[in-house]
Amino acid sequence: MKKSIFSTKTIVATGLGGALFMVLFMFVKVPSPVPETNLQLAYAISGFFGLLFGPVAGGLIAFIGHALSDFLSYGSPWWSWVVASGVAGAIGGVAYLKSKTDIEQGEFDVKTFVIWNVIANAVAWVVVAPVLDIVMYAEPVSLVFTQGAVAFIMDAIVVVVVGGALAFAYAKTKTKEGSLSKK
Amino acid sequence: MKTKLFSYSQLDTFIHRLSGLTKLICFLFLTTSVMLTFDIRIILGIMVLSLILFKVAKIEFKKVRLMFIYVFIFLVTNFFLTYLFSPMYGVEIYGTCHEVFRFNSHYIVTLEQLFYQITKFSKYLSVIPLGLIFFFTTNPSEFASSLNSVGINYRACSAVSLTLRYFPDVQRDYHTISLAQQARGIEMSKKEKVIKRLKNMTNILIPLIFSTLDRVELITNAMDLRGYGKNKKRTWYSYKKLDRNDYLSLFVCLMVLVFTLFMRFAVTKNLFFNPFI
Repeated sequence: MKKSIFSTKTIVATGLGGALFMVLFMFVKVPSPVPETNLQLAYAISGFFGLLFGPVAGGLIAFIGHALSDFLSYGSPWWSWVVASGVAGAIGGVAYLKSKTDIEQGEFDVKTFVIWNVIANAVAWVVVAPVLDIVMYAEPVSLVFTQGAVAFIMDAIVVVVVGGALAFAYAKTKTKEGSLSKK
Repeated sequence: MKTKLFSYSQLDTFIHRLSGLTKLICFLFLTTSVMLTFDIRIILGIMVLSLILFKVAKIEFKKVRLMFIYVFIFLVTNFFLTYLFSPMYGVEIYGTCHEVFRFNSHYIVTLEQLFYQITKFSKYLSVIPLGLIFFFTTNPSEFASSLNSVGINYRACSAVSLTLRYFPDVQRDYHTISLAQQARGIEMSKKEKVIKRLKNMTNILIPLIFSTLDRVELITNAMDLRGYGKNKKRTWYSYKKLDRNDYLSLFVCLMVLVFTLFMRFAVTKNLFFNPFI
């Protein structure tokens, strides 16, 4: 199967994935011990859709979903974190291109998925979000890096555990080409 | 659970009559100005402007009260966290130290710190009415067309409009599935431990995601059959032409941005406006 990253299907998946992301982002929060940060199940969605539809879908889902839900719940998006979400989704989506086996054939390449999503979350929350916070909002350095580190750990866990569970469940519904044999 | 998406109401005010494109660009101009400055005079000016616009747009405060409360809690937490993590940041920025009183040798309250934090507080507060005005007065279907007019790829715009269109549907599905799972005895409230709760929530996600993936298939086929994505450009049904008022508003907002940049680079010559020297 040819891997395309910007077909009609990608767009529709982005749109609906964005809606899913928004719903989870707004209603499903597990509070963490550190203030202003939550265990966000929504990142499992951007990770999972990124794996299925590629970096453009993953990135846009997280970006659009996060921006719109910020608009609805705070009036105005917190741009630095919105951008960081998009970066996490996009880099995580690289797993789609790098996977050695095809999930549509029922084989989920766990290693690639985990590696790219951990990298993605590290870059997004430890580098992009704090740096943008400092540049755009002049937040104190120690505060944003602490928040970033907490966000990295929690989001990486969510993506790997929940996103991975979803990918396994999805792979089970797919069957390999030529897996039937005549007796 | 009963959040209505965009309580967009069709009114006939000056702001409602502006095209979505104008509102988007003005929103971006004004928020960029606020983002680029740490001068409390400009920030307060923009805040007053946005509150006036809020009145003009006839948005009922009742509708947004809850949102304001959330934002307020968020900002207050941020206020205290900032102080907790770097109580001397203001002194670092402004270079002077006017002590008010001290808790202990590390936590000293200074005028500089208070000034920095109040500026930051009003900075966040001033953009909120702008976002609300934009969302309450822009027709959701016009939103995608205005994004496209500022040069964003139309495929990404379609994705945004699909998100807006399907958010209520997904929200309803989520609610139904969540109730169904709870009826089966799956606990999702605070009574359960975090790990178990995460697992239980994954149980909601699986049906939700699979029904969404089916829907993706369906909509993709419908769009492909209608020839979506054949051409490099597309037109929008809800596109509104710019008129005199649009150009006027764009000009005013551009002037605010230019003035902010002028103050930043020619007058204060620094990100921070410093009243202490």
